[in-house]
Amino acid sequence: MSHSTSEACRVLVPSGVLGSGCPQAAFDRGLSLKPHVIAVDAGSTDSGPYYLGASVSKMTRKAVKRDLRQLMVGRAQRGVPLLIGSCGTSGTDAGVDWMAEICAEIAAEEGQSVKVALLYSEQEPARLADYLARGAISPLPPAGPLTAERLAQCDHIVALMGYEPFAAAIRNGADIVLAGRTTDTAVLAAVPLMRGLPVGASWHAGKTAECGGICTTQSRNGGVMLSIDAGGFDVEPLAADNSCTPWSVSAHMLYENSDPYELREPGVMLNARDAVYTAIDARSVRVTGSAHVAMPYTQKLEGSGSIGFRTMVFSAISDPKIMANLDLFLQRLHSRLAEGISTVLGYEPGDYDFDIRPYGAGALGQPGETGPRPTPREVGLMALVSAPTQEMANEIAKFSNPLLLHFPLNADDPLPSFAFPFSPAEVELGRLYEFKLQHVVALDDPLELVRTRYFTIDRGERLAVA
Amino acid sequence: MPSLREVAQYVRSKAAGPFWVTIDIFCGDQAAYERIRKAPALSAEAVARVYGVEPGAVKVFEVTALNVLKISFPRVQPQGSARDADSHAGQYFVALLDAAVP
Repeated sequence: MSHSTSEACRVLVPSGVLGSGCPQAAFDRGLSLKPHVIAVDAGSTDSGPYYLGASVSKMTRKAVKRDLRQLMVGRAQRGVPLLIGSCGTSGTDAGVDWMAEICAEIAAEEGQSVKVALLYSEQEPARLADYLARGAISPLPPAGPLTAERLAQCDHIVALMGYEPFAAAIRNGADIVLAGRTTDTAVLAAVPLMRGLPVGASWHAGKTAECGGICTTQSRNGGVMLSIDAGGFDVEPLAADNSCTPWSVSAHMLYENSDPYELREPGVMLNARDAVYTAIDARSVRVTGSAHVAMPYTQKLEGSGSIGFRTMVFSAISDPKIMANLDLFLQRLHSRLAEGISTVLGYEPGDYDFDIRPYGAGALGQPGETGPRPTPREVGLMALVSAPTQEMANEIAKFSNPLLLHFPLNADDPLPSFAFPFSPAEVELGRLYEFKLQHVVALDDPLELVRTRYFTIDRGERLAVA
Repeated sequence: MPSLREVAQYVRSKAAGPFWVTIDIFCGDQAAYERIRKAPALSAEAVARVYGVEPGAVKVFEVTALNVLKISFPRVQPQGSARDADSHAGQYFVALLDAAVP
């Protein structure tokens, strides 16, 4: 691979997340443009704390395998590195191992010979407690200072890697890099940065393409090609019939970012405030003026821990008398449930949580809602029981079943029956997790918290783990 | 008085990490942008009241080049927590649609 800074570096980004698919024609067109690297993110916190807390993938294995096969076959044709960030959704060690197994299967099926690097960034709470003790962990808004207790409450913790571990693995000859939790941007910016291309343009290009086709006008029609050079970067869709416009590209800085201009990455702050977006033609955009400021090297921490178990009962009501008096009905139902749970089961309100969400009548708890709500025609009541054990959550839900089915508005009303859609009515939701960390750890060395292992597959045979 | 739903072209909300929500108000043109960015009902203080957060925590960005007003704040119910009913914060924007835009 050339390391000349005068040469543009092309990054093929097939999609916003591995497993969501890239049309083959779009991918093939991308390959024909001679990328220097194929890079894609495979994870996010966007689907909530469960995937990190339980350390399981949100994407199904078959969809991930389909996408990874497409990328591995394309990679072998071009002879360029393939980089996958945040394996297994949350980027835990188990997520990396899961992806490595899929990768090895594909290599065997395709008869490929490849060197694979595995980058692990899951962290032991005890190790982070040492960093905490010497003041190296600080909060990001709105979090407060971290405590050792909070670290210990996490079932899994990952530290978001920057681009450096990818660059090191490529220098060590890796054809494929399967990484634990990484910033979405770093996976895409890694090769441009290691080739010495401008820091601001490389990170801004990575940010632009991190959601694949979302920076194009048809967001579900394949990913994009980035081309970073000494003066800025170009972006175009992979699909010939899709387009990027100055609007679609610049507006992407807004998406899922709390700040529309600045993006903090390990060791750097991207500043796109003065970036200029210009149409090259009807489907490609040139971006110049992306700036950056060097910052202390930090990695963001994500942690998720279990806070109990849940069971749900869903019922629906359209009885006009109850619809007209829903608030009163729910208030009486809550009181009656609490009384029965106390007298029959012996649990007091602090021992469990009983949340009833009236879908169709303010379940989203829309803040700012004022004045009387119109009488709904039909309401779905989602009753959510949270308790320290699944057995206790189930017990409370089962006890509540008759009231959720038959509770009259007034004590002397004839007994109503509501609409249960399922038998059994109780649905176990399993463990409830919570994101526990919103903190960064300051590091002297970008590789300090990263463990790298390599294995080689020779014509489909897995050879060595080092 | 006209409301945001009548003046803006498109309003959306989304989680920006597990602890933040961001709302993008695409105003459509410069005239609408000027009205929307000056609307008292869309000031940091007013938005803080609507969502029950500290006024100092609400960030308002004027993205003039795109005619966009962007408002970000820490969410009261972190994503996926026990009482959260909107994991991706995709429906948070609705509470601003009736904001008065003079």
